[in-house]
Amino acid sequence: MAGPGNGASASAQDSAAPLLSVRDLRVAFDTRRGRVVAVDGISFDLDEGETLGIVGESGCGKSVTALSVLRLAGRAAHILSGSIRLAGRDLLTVSDAEIQAVRGGEVGMVFQEPMTSLNPVFTVGEQIAEPLMRHRRLSRRAALDRAAELLDKVGIPTPRARLASYPHELSGGMRQRVMIAMALSCQPRLLIADEPTTALDVTVQAQILELLAGLQQEFGTAIMLITHDLGVVAEFARRAVVMYAGRIVEQAEVGALFERPLHPYTEGLLASIPPMEEDLDSLRTIEGTVPSPHAMPPGCRFAPRCAAVRPACRTIDPPLLALAPGHQAACIAHADYRLPAGSGQAHADTPA
Amino acid sequence: MSEAAAARDAAPSPDSAATAAAAPTAAIADAPPSMLGALVQALRADPGAAAGCLVILLFALAALLAPWIAPYDPTSQNIARAMQGPSAAYWLGTDEFGRDLLSRIIHGARPALLVGVFSVVVSVAIGVPIGMLAGYHMGWIDRVVGWGVDIMLALPSLLFALMIVALLGPSTGVLVVAIGISHVPIFVRLARGSTLVVRGLEYVSQARSFGASDFHILRRHVLPNIVGPLIIMATLSIAGAIREEASLSFLGLGVQAPQPSWGNLIRDGVAEVLEAPQLAILPGIALTLAVLAFNMVGDALRDMLDPRDLTAATSKKH
Repeated sequence: MAGPGNGASASAQDSAAPLLSVRDLRVAFDTRRGRVVAVDGISFDLDEGETLGIVGESGCGKSVTALSVLRLAGRAAHILSGSIRLAGRDLLTVSDAEIQAVRGGEVGMVFQEPMTSLNPVFTVGEQIAEPLMRHRRLSRRAALDRAAELLDKVGIPTPRARLASYPHELSGGMRQRVMIAMALSCQPRLLIADEPTTALDVTVQAQILELLAGLQQEFGTAIMLITHDLGVVAEFARRAVVMYAGRIVEQAEVGALFERPLHPYTEGLLASIPPMEEDLDSLRTIEGTVPSPHAMPPGCRFAPRCAAVRPACRTIDPPLLALAPGHQAACIAHADYRLPAGSGQAHADTPA
Repeated sequence: MSEAAAARDAAPSPDSAATAAAAPTAAIADAPPSMLGALVQALRADPGAAAGCLVILLFALAALLAPWIAPYDPTSQNIARAMQGPSAAYWLGTDEFGRDLLSRIIHGARPALLVGVFSVVVSVAIGVPIGMLAGYHMGWIDRVVGWGVDIMLALPSLLFALMIVALLGPSTGVLVVAIGISHVPIFVRLARGSTLVVRGLEYVSQARSFGASDFHILRRHVLPNIVGPLIIMATLSIAGAIREEASLSFLGLGVQAPQPSWGNLIRDGVAEVLEAPQLAILPGIALTLAVLAFNMVGDALRDMLDPRDLTAATSKKH
């Protein structure tokens, strides 16, 4: 839609349109027990240079969402519907060659497990150089020079010497720094970080998050941060998406989300963070467990565990609606929630 | 007995030299581990492997230089000197046609090593790509490959090789192909299983997330990480192929008389085993030594090629 106008108007349009736009994404997996819908009609946007946290328990579909952006969810995954637009281009329909150019080029990815994310038989330098040689067509020497610069940027001392190290010679924190250097090597516009600090101990976690924030400032990279840790989101993200059982239940600016959560699930998550000032005999939890994807409850998926459950919750599947500026939630219990005519029923009719 | 004895005598000597040299070197040693350094280190740590290397080297030299180092033409007959015991002129004695046994054993190393090495080249070249593709892509490719492998493994590999030889007629080239093909399913299975493991590791997903193509992932990320087990299997397979070459030659389906092979030497010797047991025993010892040597070296290579073990060995020293 960006016409061939002058540079100023084009860039103005760019900054207005989101960098990443996910619309009505539905992803299913074929299992022995039948087809399971892991991500069920989610939509969200991510602006240029923004940090979006995606929060939820394991199995809520947050990692599948992240992997689907690069079509990496695996052979068993089927994208049933929806679109994932990166700067206007639908990544779900581009050719294999194009998506390979996007991976590591326009979109970098950092995984959870730094201990096994590096190939044990190649040096760190060779591994950082690889995407640079592929996407930037750099010579080996130039790629290694760039790799040393990147190691320096991610705070690894004596980067030149470290190029010749093998992964097993580095600590977990160091390896995660290397992974970040690799992911940022081609200066992607979007970095997807899937639980980047979960496997690290707390002090290293803080350092890595600080590093990511610093690099984001420097490169202007947008970050999609997948985590189960609300603390990490509070510290690091501007906006957050809360997922439950394959749906988005709430979406808001981080400040609003923490001060005034609109969905009982978010409230439950916040309440389960142990408070600093008092000693608890036991940690607060949300009663019950996530519903099995083979047997999703009719109506609201959180209803079986919800403290504020009403009879209507068991039949009406509430869509995500804006309840305040920039704040959406999917809960009929909220005073401002007005179910659009017929929509709840339509959802309730769709087979799980 | 001299060849085997020489091998045994020679084996410990570089070792003791190495241990003597080890003390001063260890004191200075902080040199970066090179491929050669790692080799020397591995051989020092494992005298069995060092002996194996030496035996392979000796057999390789014997095979390569056979026409020059063998004292006699292995096929020239002299009935007048038939069935002699060891003597100064004929170190290991002569057979029923008066042919020099030592010369025949030395020349017998040629088909053994040739068939051993090249048949494994054939099995690796066919089996590894098929196994990697099956393990990487799974699905129908894997099922079809699996059926093929199961069918081939239902037959003993020797029988399979025998069928091919029967079909194409005995010659060294046919032996290479026949034994090579009969070992393919082992490599398919091994490559498939190892690929399956590596494929699920995070660095493969990571590589994919950096835009690597399937071919690139197989070549750069899967192959180097499955090469260890493949090398061990290849070395063991060389040993097996040497044995099978001897077996087929023993049965008259391999190297044809009058050309010597350890297998047909043993067969000819068996006929005279009461009168001159060395005619069967000495080629048998040569065969056993060669097979044993490849097995021991296979193990040592594995230790050397694993980068984690390599540093473990280096850090142990400090």
